[in-house]
Amino acid sequence: MHRTAYLLLADGRFPSGGHAHSSGLEAAVAAGRVTDLAGLEAFLHGRLSYAAPVTAAFTAATHLTAARMGRAPSATESDVKVPFLSLDRELEARTVSPALRLASRRQGRALLRAGRNTWPSELYGQLPKHPDGPHQPLALGVTTAAAGLSAEEAAQIAAYGVLTGPASAAVRLLGLDPYQVQNLLARMAGSCDEIAAAAAAVAHKSPQELPAHAAPLADISAELHATWEVRLFAS
Amino acid sequence: MRALARIVAEADGRGGTRLARLRGEPPLQLRHTPDGSATATVHLIGSAAGPLGGDDLRIEIEVGEGASLCVRSVAASIALPGRDGTPSRTTVTAVVAADGELRWLPEQLVAAAGCRHQATSTVELAGGARLLWREELICGRHDERPGDAVVSTSVDYDGAPLLRQSLTIGPGTPGWDGPAVLGGARATGSLLLVDPAAAPAPSAVLGATAVRMPLTGPATLVSATAPDAHVLRGYLDA
Repeated sequence: MHRTAYLLLADGRFPSGGHAHSSGLEAAVAAGRVTDLAGLEAFLHGRLSYAAPVTAAFTAATHLTAARMGRAPSATESDVKVPFLSLDRELEARTVSPALRLASRRQGRALLRAGRNTWPSELYGQLPKHPDGPHQPLALGVTTAAAGLSAEEAAQIAAYGVLTGPASAAVRLLGLDPYQVQNLLARMAGSCDEIAAAAAAVAHKSPQELPAHAAPLADISAELHATWEVRLFAS
Repeated sequence: MRALARIVAEADGRGGTRLARLRGEPPLQLRHTPDGSATATVHLIGSAAGPLGGDDLRIEIEVGEGASLCVRSVAASIALPGRDGTPSRTTVTAVVAADGELRWLPEQLVAAAGCRHQATSTVELAGGARLLWREELICGRHDERPGDAVVSTSVDYDGAPLLRQSLTIGPGTPGWDGPAVLGGARATGSLLLVDPAAAPAPSAVLGATAVRMPLTGPATLVSATAPDAHVLRGYLDA
């Protein structure tokens, strides 16, 4: 068990740059689609049903690949680089918005830097190189493996992060009562657990078969948001 | 009902396209509707209501080197529940060879109340192939809440993944019509353009809920939500 490592990675204070992203909430607030706690609840249910299964499954799948390499140091580099590259390409094909691809890679790069310094490992170097960084779920998958966590824990951290990013952004953007927002998160905990468990259960599949849920407004509002001159959050 | 429709288009050697195979079975009827161009146009004609719960409909398309095929439908298809709650399924597989072109421009899919429908499309494009692919999903008939529907699209270009999208709507998925997914819009859809000869167009905002996005690969995707099918088609006309 690595309970403290698990908490460290799930903690919003872990310096992975996640606080700079509202995961579409800032655009939804500007468009008048989210104005209150009930709106935030509907927003978070959508994020949990659509974004979390993909993010958590790719995180857990990357974790399994990285852990396999960690257990078999004799494995040649190409044994690992091919599945990593395939995960990268499959996630890229699921992320149709260029603004969201960039946001994912920027967060991945920040997480990679934090992970490398916290739990040094050779695994990070096996991720496909990209000028904007690796996709966030791939960076999280490798970091959780380097920290000695399980694939289930990796999926749980990913799904939890999908909720907490916009939830804490909502407090700043809408001036919501932080106690009520925490109460909302606590009420969604069971659903979050279920989504994370389902994602971990499919993580052994080929990257092509992993979830590909699309939320049209996530892509559309990310593109609109990217055109703003002034914004509080990077995405 | 189970039905299989097959279309095989080949270059005719004179700059046009010949349909080497055109075979449907009820309720999937196919009709060649020549328009004098180098493209062979085929219309899908539904000869029964549906897809209905329990239906398993398959469409297989092959476009050969240098051939050009356009597939349309004469009317929207309406996914309806069956008597025993079994799901309905429509599966489209398309393979397009180098320098071939496929335009898949059917009318809308309407998810009627109580339906359980799965539409799955898989497209394999050889390097140099062109594609125009439209998907339009309408959430319920007039004044009606939809059933559950999943529209999945998977496109590979030159052996690499280009697009993987799966849109789920309906009461079985929490948040599906909420502010993170459809924002109460009753119509949503996308238009994928793959053209290796042209540089992908840059991102553009086409409307309050419509954008054009370059993918990683020789393609752009227009994605939109709209209050109704008519406004949606305005964004996705091709």
